[in-house]
Amino acid sequence: MTPGVRRGVFLAGMAAVLAFFLWGLVGLPGFGHYPGPYGDVLNAIGIRQTHATDIVSAVNFDYRAMDTLGEEFILFAAATGMGVVLRHLREERERSAVDEARDRTDPGTSEAVRVAAITFTGPTVVVGWYIVSHGQVSPGGGFQGGVILATAFAMIYLAGEFLALKRISPVPLADAVEAVGAASFAIIGISALGVGAAFLANVLPLGHMPGEVDSAGTIALISFFVGIEVTAAFVVVASEFLEQTLIVRRH
Amino acid sequence: MTPPGTTALQAAILVLVAAGATAVVLMRQPSRQVVLLSVYGLLLAVLFFAFQAPDVALSQLTVGAVILPILFLLTLAKVRRQEE
Repeated sequence: MTPGVRRGVFLAGMAAVLAFFLWGLVGLPGFGHYPGPYGDVLNAIGIRQTHATDIVSAVNFDYRAMDTLGEEFILFAAATGMGVVLRHLREERERSAVDEARDRTDPGTSEAVRVAAITFTGPTVVVGWYIVSHGQVSPGGGFQGGVILATAFAMIYLAGEFLALKRISPVPLADAVEAVGAASFAIIGISALGVGAAFLANVLPLGHMPGEVDSAGTIALISFFVGIEVTAAFVVVASEFLEQTLIVRRH
Repeated sequence: MTPPGTTALQAAILVLVAAGATAVVLMRQPSRQVVLLSVYGLLLAVLFFAFQAPDVALSQLTVGAVILPILFLLTLAKVRRQEE
């Protein structure tokens, strides 16, 4: 296949995709013109039913908690799979390559990056926990807070403290935390069966006032466990990638 | 040709996102491409925020602008080491 033919096939394909895309775009309702009844109903009754002032969290961790459980296990399976694949490769490399880059010197971390990373690590942890624990009252929740917490670990690495990172987040610990977070979500769902409610029904006391941190029953609790699961999953993935990159340097 | 209900801020950020995506594709040098990808991730977060989806914007901010570029950079470092 000559480059000219290849380009022709590409352009024809792209024209078809573009036409299909534009056709779909034309049928979309305009921004701010929501057509369906479901969102309106939730906006009307959501706060009264769940005491969560962030309806997005109410949908994620109560009305459609079943879907979120599936999503969480997607992340869990992805992190586990990545761990399995990369671990195998690491074994191979440790035997074969001892030091490939003996002549190269480590450029080191610049002072500016180090200071910025150390300065922002603490505030990042605080913001992360705030987002995890306030998912039921304001935008955020376990997933968003969890990834923010995970960036705190990335900052420690950026500060050039790989050994400190290894010390505070050993992979077996992160694995265990991830498993506990994922399992707790399912256990909370199953516990509802014990008191005669449906799977993942919001059976805990809702608190006396919507908009307070201790309100919204299982929404807050599930959000917390999703938070630690997501943090641990990202730490596991990042650690595996780091090991892959740094394994030679450590020898 | 802004659709009805779109504010000037939303139109501006839509244009910036389109420009950012084009820049990521046109940059041919991988490590610079990763930095552009991070900027593009940040722009997308602003876009989600401007379209009243703060929950999604928060995830995009950390995943798209920080974690994804870090994973790409680590992969690039690994690939480069193997090439030497």
